[in-house]
Amino acid sequence: MTLLEKTATELLADLAAGRLSSAELVRACLEQIERHDGAVHAFLRVDSERALAQAKAIDERRARGDKLGPLGGLPVAIKDLLCDRDELCTCGSRMLENFRPPYDAAVIEKIKAADGVLLGRTNLDEFAMGGSTENSAFGPTCNPWDTTRIAGGSSGGAAACVAARMVPLSIGTDTGGSIRQPAGLCGVTGLKPTYGRVSRYGLVAFASSLDQIGPLAQSAEDAALLLEVIAGHDPRDSTSVPKEVPAYSKSVNKPLAGLRLGIAREHFAAGLDAEVERAVREAIKVYQSLGAKVVDISLPHGKYGVACYYVIAPSEASSNLARYDGVHYGHRTDVRIMSEALEAERAALEHGSAGRAAAEAAVAQLDTPLVRMYRQSRAEGFGPEVKRRIMLGTYALSAGYYDAYYLKALKVRRLIRQDYDTAFKDVDLIVGPVTSTPAFKIGEKSDDPLAMYLVDLYTVSANLAGVGGIVVPCGQSNGLPIGLQLQAPPFEEERLLRAAAMYQRETDWHRRAPTLA
Amino acid sequence: MTAPYTTIIGLEIHVQLATASKLFCGCSTRFGAPPNTQTCQVCIGMPGVLPVMNRRAFELGLRTAVALNCQIAPFTKWDRKNYYYPDLPKGYQISQYDLPFSSEGWLDISDPKGKIEPRRVGIIRAHLEEDAGKSMHDEAAGQADSRIDLNRTGTPLLEIVSKPDMRSPAEAKAFLTELKLLLTYLGVSDCNMQEGSLRVDANVNLHVHTPDGNVPTPIVEIKNMNSFRAVERALAYEAERQWQVWQETGQRLGQVPKQTRGWDDQANVTRGQRHKEESSDYRYFPEPDLVPATVTAAEVEQVRAELGELPAALRTRLESTYGITPYDSDVLVNQGRELVAYFIALADGAGDGKAAANWLQQDVLRELNARDLSIDKFPVSAARLAELIALVKKGDIDHTRAREVVFVEMLSSGKSAADVLREKGIERVDESELEALARELLAANPKILADIKQGTTKAAGALIGQAKKRNPNISPNRLLEICLAIAPGM
Ligand SMILES: [Zn+2]
Repeated sequence: MTLLEKTATELLADLAAGRLSSAELVRACLEQIERHDGAVHAFLRVDSERALAQAKAIDERRARGDKLGPLGGLPVAIKDLLCDRDELCTCGSRMLENFRPPYDAAVIEKIKAADGVLLGRTNLDEFAMGGSTENSAFGPTCNPWDTTRIAGGSSGGAAACVAARMVPLSIGTDTGGSIRQPAGLCGVTGLKPTYGRVSRYGLVAFASSLDQIGPLAQSAEDAALLLEVIAGHDPRDSTSVPKEVPAYSKSVNKPLAGLRLGIAREHFAAGLDAEVERAVREAIKVYQSLGAKVVDISLPHGKYGVACYYVIAPSEASSNLARYDGVHYGHRTDVRIMSEALEAERAALEHGSAGRAAAEAAVAQLDTPLVRMYRQSRAEGFGPEVKRRIMLGTYALSAGYYDAYYLKALKVRRLIRQDYDTAFKDVDLIVGPVTSTPAFKIGEKSDDPLAMYLVDLYTVSANLAGVGGIVVPCGQSNGLPIGLQLQAPPFEEERLLRAAAMYQRETDWHRRAPTLA
Repeated sequence: MTAPYTTIIGLEIHVQLATASKLFCGCSTRFGAPPNTQTCQVCIGMPGVLPVMNRRAFELGLRTAVALNCQIAPFTKWDRKNYYYPDLPKGYQISQYDLPFSSEGWLDISDPKGKIEPRRVGIIRAHLEEDAGKSMHDEAAGQADSRIDLNRTGTPLLEIVSKPDMRSPAEAKAFLTELKLLLTYLGVSDCNMQEGSLRVDANVNLHVHTPDGNVPTPIVEIKNMNSFRAVERALAYEAERQWQVWQETGQRLGQVPKQTRGWDDQANVTRGQRHKEESSDYRYFPEPDLVPATVTAAEVEQVRAELGELPAALRTRLESTYGITPYDSDVLVNQGRELVAYFIALADGAGDGKAAANWLQQDVLRELNARDLSIDKFPVSAARLAELIALVKKGDIDHTRAREVVFVEMLSSGKSAADVLREKGIERVDESELEALARELLAANPKILADIKQGTTKAAGALIGQAKKRNPNISPNRLLEICLAIAPGM
């Protein structure tokens, strides 16, 4: 087994035993990135000097006998959506192409304090809006298993870099499935925690009531290690919940006895790829062989999840993204060219063939320079999907439509949450597919936003209900990974991790890595 | 002649709450710092930041709402008000829309001088929100240049919305004066209009009296009023303007969109503002970054118990306990809690509320104004002044001399009244001595004596100067009384 085929947990043991230095590990990661990221494009930026300096500093402290933090020199990749004062934070957007935040996100602080090495910044759909990482302003991330296919999204880079064994640990964010779906498509383990489990402070907001940060890694054991570091209450995030953080890494290998698994009949309806269904049902059999009981359940309102999500998330996004107006930071249109164009428009109207009164009326309708600056900066800075969602959200919140869209969506959201509450009276976990098909071809759905939105079918409900979910690789179809999703009641991340680890002790899907050219 | 219309006025007041830090971050709210020095990533709306509610601001808002007799919501949430402006760095303001923390209160207004009838003005709601920054437009040399100062961004504001219960500009001014006094007593704001800690917008229209009943005219919102005086003048102007418009057009409420007009204090007119700025859709929705705030009934009772005595109750108590007039109690209470405390100590010490009120208004306030002092810096304590008032009351010293000689000396030297009297040799002149002096003076001035006998009693006044030369300690009033009493027998 090569170095980078090892899990984070195995690497940490090597580091602790002195068989491996953090600098050696970081160098190996950098080499792997150097060799393969041209084809995969998981990373937007890798700061090898900074990473090596951090690694060496940690190695020195270890050599001195200092007690190190729980990540003990392990490299971590960060989705380019979390603020780090030593890094740009582009959010995959032209708008913030040169934006350097003046502060660290809570999760960045925690990873630094835990002696993680910040290796680089991973690619994503612009402002996390998308399910394929094709919406990145800096080009798509390719699936390491087949680089003509998508890596999923929006945390496509975060999943692909782990799948390609470029880094053992990675941070993603999940608003409607953005950790779990790319984890499934890339064949890695990804966990979306309960809303409120991890501080969102310093996470550039897409949809505030849905966003959550979580780990991606090779195994549940590794995800437990990273979740334990990043979870916990933060007084700077009013929506983070003051609950003790269990020692996930200690309990992850304890099996769960008498597990009751809920299978939602809605998850196995028309549209589910036969190969995916077969792999998921095989995985369930593994659980049954370990003593789990399977219970048929129903999540009747799940079918409205995508519609509900695509009202609530764009509504919040339309407001969250209003700050990118070219005034204080971020992209601003070239004001000189803009002013000249505006003057030219005015002159054309004034000297045009229309009558005097018509010309005056038309001039009065012209943008003020300020409004034109807003419009043009935003038109240039945002990509088409971001614009589409800003328009959807602005529309849904407008006077006269609010009740029919936003308020209705909030009601549906409550019903979806009730579905979960009801289901979790009878079962410990809900098990099912994470996507209806394996990874599709890059460009295949680019012209069909609605088809693209339906990719989130199995994942959005967890965000709407605020519950946690984990995805583990459970099979392959034509060499492409298939993921199994487990969902748990709020703040039962420990249960998710232990159940996932149970499965991973019986199978080796999570140990399989793509062969990269 | 009855007026052809009634003016209907409602007010919206924004009050900056006197917290040390902003509503959703830890930055200072101090006024006057160099631009953009009191900011952090949260209040300048950097990507990824989150607001955290300042509980202190909530408490000050709660205290005000309880003092305004409002209903307090057990559960209140925050909303986003979305609009674009360069001094609003997030592109939305965090405010409260459909579930404000308080509603349905009232404030009583009256005027002891009788300029307005007493009235209870309803409060529709009071809610919390964050302030925006300031845009400074520098258009020197024709080069338009705008600068933004974000120091004020995120400062806590309490927006108080009255019912349209006021019927004249004078009532509007009385409401604002009473509200400002209340806020000052509560210590929730410094209410400095120049620094923008108290801002007023008014909604005004007319109910025109016609044979078919009252007809409402379109409502106009007036902005940019920088003093209570400006509010009064702007409302008076606007009522007259609307009356003219009504006579010309007959436009009723609902026939034209609500208009916003700005008050031009130099030109004494209101001017229409651009239509575009009026027709905004703010797309309010619940702020997902904040959790709802809850208040228990016990907490409300606790706040109520700690309000202290508020102006209206205090006026009533001063009138009933100290026998002073509503006019006097109004003057004293309007000066603030500290002066009222001084008055109470003075009245109790002197055993005479009316005399204490007179001394306070005539001598103490004059001195405070002349020296631009607050009462806590006044050099004569209430106990010492009470001692002087008691001496006057006892007759040991004449009132005029007490004011002009003793009080002045007490002010400059800080000595007690008794010490000043001793040093200046001021002592009570007894009746027999006074009578002897009176006889002597009348005898020496036969013309005056004759005039008095003929009924020209004021002629006796001419004797005072001579008497004071003989003995500066005499009471002029008493001497005159004695002269008039003994003259007929001489
Ligand atoms: Zn601040």
